[in-house]
Amino acid sequence: MRLSGRFGRFGGCYVPEILVPALEQLEAAFLDAQADPSFAAELNGLLANYAGRPTPLTRCRNLPGNIYLKREDLLHGGAHKTNQVLGQGLLAKRMGKTRLIAETGAGQHGVATAIAGALLGFETVIYMGAEDVERQQLNVFRMQLMGARVVPVDSGGRTLKDAINEALRDWSASFETTHYLLGTAAGPHPFPTMVREFQRVIGREARAQMVEQLGRLPDAVVACVGGGSNAIGLFADFLDDDVRLIGVEAAGTGLAGDQHGATLLRGTTGILHGAETYILQDSDGQVADSWSVSAGLDYPAVGPEHAHLKDSGRADYVGATDAEALAAFKALAEREGILCAFESAHALAHALKLAEAEPDSNILVGLSGRGDKDVQQAQALFA
Amino acid sequence: MNRYAAMFERLGDEGAFGAFLMLGDPDLETSAALLDAAVAGGADMVEVGIPFSDPVADGPVIQAAAQRALAAGVRVGDCLDLIARFRARHSEVPIGILTYANIVVARAGFMRDAADAGADSLLIADVPAFEAEPFVNAMEQTGIESVLIAAANTPFATLQRIAGLSRAYTYCVSRVGITGTHASGEFDAGLVERLARAGAPPPIFGFGISRPEHVRAALAAGGKGVICGSAIVDWAARGGDVAAFVRSLKAATRNDSATQ
Repeated sequence: MRLSGRFGRFGGCYVPEILVPALEQLEAAFLDAQADPSFAAELNGLLANYAGRPTPLTRCRNLPGNIYLKREDLLHGGAHKTNQVLGQGLLAKRMGKTRLIAETGAGQHGVATAIAGALLGFETVIYMGAEDVERQQLNVFRMQLMGARVVPVDSGGRTLKDAINEALRDWSASFETTHYLLGTAAGPHPFPTMVREFQRVIGREARAQMVEQLGRLPDAVVACVGGGSNAIGLFADFLDDDVRLIGVEAAGTGLAGDQHGATLLRGTTGILHGAETYILQDSDGQVADSWSVSAGLDYPAVGPEHAHLKDSGRADYVGATDAEALAAFKALAEREGILCAFESAHALAHALKLAEAEPDSNILVGLSGRGDKDVQQAQALFA
Repeated sequence: MNRYAAMFERLGDEGAFGAFLMLGDPDLETSAALLDAAVAGGADMVEVGIPFSDPVADGPVIQAAAQRALAAGVRVGDCLDLIARFRARHSEVPIGILTYANIVVARAGFMRDAADAGADSLLIADVPAFEAEPFVNAMEQTGIESVLIAAANTPFATLQRIAGLSRAYTYCVSRVGITGTHASGEFDAGLVERLARAGAPPPIFGFGISRPEHVRAALAAGGKGVICGSAIVDWAARGGDVAAFVRSLKAATRNDSATQ
């Protein structure tokens, strides 16, 4: 490896030896691509003319306070995930791979990977927890429409972490032809760094748009954190600014119980899926099943850079419960005419609390995805 | 002399047979009996898994074994007790732990507890040579011998690093993949040669050993022994006679049969 892959004490590359050459090849391809203007030109061309960047920055007209939404929900594919699948897809081409595999929770990353697979001509296989397959039927069909094969994973808690385990197993046997298109800024080095760099565009645009619309930087930047890719992408260009960074975890039915996905708030440090980070686990180190109304935040670990931002104090992490997120989802629909993803609604829920406490603060919220995938679930929950 | 070195010396040209079992599968008492059965069948060394909830390096058979153990409520402390009880019954048989990094880091003093229980070695499946140094340093302080995995695709510079960090033996994987997924034994004599050049401890082949011909092929490729995991665990889960199964594979490690 050319880089340490560490964020303070967190991160690293904890994988079976057999996978190390694949990760070394990936790191080399990524670093070479970063230094190659033709790679950036091709990626930026796709982001602009295929995916629809830049995405707008919308100031809420009717919600209280001064809330600005970075509209990744308007990106092709319906979420920020598209940014980085195009980047990794082009990298996979550069490495001469012919097959993509990916894990997915809510299905958003699976859909995004299917998009990249169809566009760039890969055979695509998506691993998805069987429980998530059941609760995200439409996304499964979307992936299939774009030519991907969806493999339900029946082991463990049948959700995102089990899908990651299965994708890692596939990759252990297939890496010569296959790129593992990991969906978030977690996992072994170089994924956390690479995914952050491909998602950095969110914060870079939002920062310039805030300056353009408001004439100054926001007071706070708020994003939801599951694995943490949209949050790290939004935070990255604000790290050196005097701006509060706030990650919002899924507090589920409440942080006092065990039905949540609040890894940074309630987890302890350990090693899972290739990285040293915070994990929801028992005292033996057995990983717990997380829980959230939103499949995309239902993950018992978190990207290692967030672990470092928490411990270093640069970012604050808070929770929003299922109920708070649903109320925010509803408020955004009713007051602003925007249906956002349940994941993004967690960020908005905290922003609304903040706006109430500090009516004059300018708050930038990462609206990471659109809510079409959650409408059916919302119908059942609001009934 | 430590138990692995004594075992290799005792065996001479005969290949070592390692039997892998998951501790606590399907429960503590059965697990203890299965360890004894492996020794009764002629296993020269025993490798034991401490179950982990997310075993990414393992295939379906070993993963299911870990899930059975966890479902039975088996804790890490129970596994260390099983090792200690095994050690009390079998003073000379080397016993090595195979587990995952999170199990090791979650327990303060894991290496000390493992050493006190009588374990001889530790292989952490998701700790490659790149990350191994702090773990190996901790093992050195307690007398636990480190085992690292060398694969057919591992570059020579990494093999040299593995050689420097490994003590008991070198766990060799000929083909890519996870445990229990290889239909037939294919063993890479080139890897054995490169490990010898790097100065690594004795090469022992794992992954893909389920029949006597695999054992012979692994030894013919230069392996000093084999570890059979998924096939034994699967056999035990089906209620098969583990001692008899081990005996049939162990027979293939003897000189007369290794040269066939």
